[in-house]
Amino acid sequence: MTEIKPMTDLPVLLPVRPPSVPALRFRAWHGLALVAAVLLFAPAAGAQTGSEELSIVGVIIKWMPLLLTGFGFNLLISVLSMALGTIVGLGLGLLQLSEFHWLSRCAWVLTQFFRNAPWLVLLFFAMYLIPYQFRIGDVTVPFPDWVKAVIGFALPVMANVAEIVRGAVQSISSGQWEAADSLAFTRRQTMWMIILPQCVKRMLPPWMNLYSLVTMATVLASVVGINEMLTLTAQVHNAEGGRTDLLAPLYAFALLCFFIYCYPINLWTVRLERRFNVKS
Amino acid sequence: MQEIAAWFRSLYETTGLNFTIFYDPYDATQFARGVGMTIYLSVVSILISLVVGVIGAWLQSSRIGIVRGLVEIFVVIFRNTPPLVQIFFFYFGMGELLPATYNDIGLREPLLSNVQWAIISLSLFAGAFNIEIFRSGIEAVPQTTVEAAEALGYTRLGAYRHVVLPLALRVCLPALNNNLVNLLKTTTLAYAIAVPEALYAVTQIWAESQNVTEMMCVLLATFVLLVGVLVWVMHRWERSLRIPGFGQ
Repeated sequence: MTEIKPMTDLPVLLPVRPPSVPALRFRAWHGLALVAAVLLFAPAAGAQTGSEELSIVGVIIKWMPLLLTGFGFNLLISVLSMALGTIVGLGLGLLQLSEFHWLSRCAWVLTQFFRNAPWLVLLFFAMYLIPYQFRIGDVTVPFPDWVKAVIGFALPVMANVAEIVRGAVQSISSGQWEAADSLAFTRRQTMWMIILPQCVKRMLPPWMNLYSLVTMATVLASVVGINEMLTLTAQVHNAEGGRTDLLAPLYAFALLCFFIYCYPINLWTVRLERRFNVKS
Repeated sequence: MQEIAAWFRSLYETTGLNFTIFYDPYDATQFARGVGMTIYLSVVSILISLVVGVIGAWLQSSRIGIVRGLVEIFVVIFRNTPPLVQIFFFYFGMGELLPATYNDIGLREPLLSNVQWAIISLSLFAGAFNIEIFRSGIEAVPQTTVEAAEALGYTRLGAYRHVVLPLALRVCLPALNNNLVNLLKTTTLAYAIAVPEALYAVTQIWAESQNVTEMMCVLLATFVLLVGVLVWVMHRWERSLRIPGFGQ
């Protein structure tokens, strides 16, 4: 293919650059300043609500161990579903590249279906349609709710990973395939020993992005009644007598936890993208 | 219509597949209203989020550092926190802080309803992503083009409106397409604050009619259809905006 050269060297449209690292970066002292500000304003808020009730910060500190356990459960769900989804998604992505036409067609339809369905609907799908236990011979394998939730999150992850894999493999130049061919590698060997190792670099940033999305999606499990952070937040609110002034700070605390976890992942992704200089 | 209803009724009697929405008028209206609400939520949120994105991307190129910093903080916060917690924070947290009126039987009537809060939080969530998307498009417009516009006497806003944005829009349409599809899928979260959208309507139906599997399939098919329509519209728009020989 010959590229058409523009008449002048003035660029008509520059290629899309990878996102720059945000100019604004949070450092440790920002966090300290935030905590200091909260502590400064806490007595004022406490005085407003009366002496018998705990101040807002007091309530959050009191329940922090419980809430953080819930957050840990969120992270556990996210890691497990990411692992499951990545393994199955890798297979599905490779199936899309299969030489058998109908096989790749089926994999494509499956991928598009799970990619275009809302996460919450897929979660409902898994919660209601997977039985609570499986019977294999005499052994009964129980399927508690949280395992079903892991599967529910793994479904969209699978489809997205499949797309990432397909995109990465197709972005490797065909010269690699031809060179491998001339060295008498079989198709499978070429895929596993030559193409996929090169793809890892390209797949890592979008994969990390996806992980951050999964982590943020795990709160959906509260809608189907799993004891994760958001459910616990509502329970803490009830335990404190349903004070309405507590709602905003409690949900803000949940937002903060997720922000502290996801923002570094986001920064790291952007940095990797810049270093590898690949478009996501 | 009569034949379809009769066919689904006989399907239920012969196979046990109970698609109530096709023959039960009550379920049918409930489902239709749900889908209508989903479409309403998505269309309004898409429009507001586009406005948020355009204004935010413009402010991000502002000469005042504080404005840039504020936009950056907005983007970073909304991109890195779960949308469901955002909705809860706005609906439960902010909703309590706003003034409310009391009706004549003493029930609290909040200033903004759950539908309005859902629209606000969904628009801000998608808007934060749109700002990033538009920014990448604006960066793709060469500085020389902006300088040429300035040399022709455009003001900063004028150059942005008439020169930079039309070019940037064409560059970032694929990414925008992705984000808007994502927004359409995120509207299901409004279920959590009892907005009667498609998922909510379907859970109501299957609670009464005991047909979880069938309704789940109908719901998934509905969303695949809605996403398909949105993608089709976006592709039509992309094609109509295309300038021959320009861009890819």
